[in-house]
Amino acid sequence: MAKGVWIVAELRDGAFRKVTFELASTARKLADQLGEEACAVVCGSGVAGIAGELGKYGIDKVYVADNAAFEPYTTDAHAAAVAKVVKDNDASILLVAASFQGKDLAPRLVGKLATGMASDCTDVKIADGKLLAVRPMYAGKCFGEIVVSATPQIAALRPNVFPIVESAKAGAVETFDPGLGDLKTKVLEVQKEESGKIDVSEANIIVSGGRGMKGPENFAILEELAAVLGAAVGASRAAVDAGWRAQSDQVGQTGKVVSPNLYIACGISGAIQHLAGMSSSKYIVAVNKDPEAPIFQKADYGLVDDLFKVVPALTQECKKLLG
Amino acid sequence: MNIIACVKQVPDTEAQIKVKADGSGIDEGGIKWVMNPYDEFGVEEALKLKEKLGGDVTIVSIGPARAMETIRTALAMGAEKGVHIDDPALNAADAYATAAALAAAIKGLPYDIIFCGQRAIDDDSAQVGAILAELLGVPQVTFVTKLEIDGTKVKAVRPIEGAQLVIETSLPCVITATKGLNEPRYASLPGIMKAKKKPVDAKNAAALGVSADAKSKVAKMVPPPARPPGKILCADDTPEGKAAELAKLLREEAKVI
Repeated sequence: MAKGVWIVAELRDGAFRKVTFELASTARKLADQLGEEACAVVCGSGVAGIAGELGKYGIDKVYVADNAAFEPYTTDAHAAAVAKVVKDNDASILLVAASFQGKDLAPRLVGKLATGMASDCTDVKIADGKLLAVRPMYAGKCFGEIVVSATPQIAALRPNVFPIVESAKAGAVETFDPGLGDLKTKVLEVQKEESGKIDVSEANIIVSGGRGMKGPENFAILEELAAVLGAAVGASRAAVDAGWRAQSDQVGQTGKVVSPNLYIACGISGAIQHLAGMSSSKYIVAVNKDPEAPIFQKADYGLVDDLFKVVPALTQECKKLLG
Repeated sequence: MNIIACVKQVPDTEAQIKVKADGSGIDEGGIKWVMNPYDEFGVEEALKLKEKLGGDVTIVSIGPARAMETIRTALAMGAEKGVHIDDPALNAADAYATAAALAAAIKGLPYDIIFCGQRAIDDDSAQVGAILAELLGVPQVTFVTKLEIDGTKVKAVRPIEGAQLVIETSLPCVITATKGLNEPRYASLPGIMKAKKKPVDAKNAAALGVSADAKSKVAKMVPPPARPPGKILCADDTPEGKAAELAKLLREEAKVI
């Protein structure tokens, strides 16, 4: 019978990404509820040294495949290795990050393993011995509770939602042969964006601008506030379609669906598509001149005023508080 | 070049979504249906590729009778023909069964490249393109923002967090399209007239030899949790006063900064 809660570790440049620790901590919790082991698959290049680190977050056993083909990530190398090791060990539950990498890998695994998956989950638990995953659908206009009847039961967890919990466990490390066949894709080039930029899908805090920003140059005041708060800068569809911000910054039904701790919406009126994409944020602040703007119906704190005066003042206040 | 574009009909982004009282699904009353916006990028790229390299574009869609409107929209944009998979069992299928039905339909057609949207904006599952690629045994590049084809060589750009990857693979393959890839065209009036006469094949699960057995299911749907009413800040009514009050609340009450 299938057994064990597994995770796929996500690495970048030879180090674990934060979401990996979120996955490990969640796997520990689920494994304890089932009375089973928590295991991790680490596919990387020169990673034997760091693999044991996952024990600190509750992983009992780490399965490592070390191969130059894993860095940078390609679908075929990772899918082949992960499918092999979880099949050989008859894993019951498999947690993957709902990151760009995980969203590419996980459904390929669904195909390889002929199973089902709950995408982009914001909560997972065990009910009647099975995984019950909760996820926003229609960009958060409603939520679905998903059960998977085949094994492994795959769930992709949204980054930055699940807590990281340190544990006293010491993970055992074992290597496995990924049995890589013919690889059909390769990465020709990695074009890095400006350093330090935080992606909206992973940010704790997002400072977002909309049509009320009036032009691309005015986003500088949001960048300043974001720099003080360690936040990412997001944008509404109106701002992206106007060419003021990159598409990768768009929050909403046809952009990214986000769940930060704090979402500060500046000059965003709150079209239903935008509200859908950010309404699962823990705290929402709206800054808008128009007191009738629909965004105020979602906001925990509303400031009816000129954002060009409020935002710089807020930046100064936050500097004082955090300085 | 034989090009396939998979499309799904979804509720318009402006639709209010109401969950049925028993949690079995959404109330479809009053919903306006449109082509999934990410699939539009796929159809547009398919048409651009055809215009550049020659060949034809086949639209494949799973859905009830109304999904024909979305197939006709794609035909009006310039695709040559369609396949409409309409089967009550498949219309509510999970990602695996959906991809299996698409794979079965596509296996019966000549194809060099297949386009899907990176996700459908209703179930937001972002799975079908990659499962389809696996079931057809071809490579995939997901979330593509730039695509170049040279002979059988494929060069695609996709974003990851903080970077973009330039990926090389070969035809045949599955590409999932995302915003930035292109600007989808509108169907012209002559295009709409012509689309009415273009052939659309009807298929069901039995004809495709696939089962609609779901590997996963939505056990229950619930509305999003209600948010408590917010506070409108008005400390001394100056922008500076309000900003100071907000900073204090975020620090001391919400504890998020």
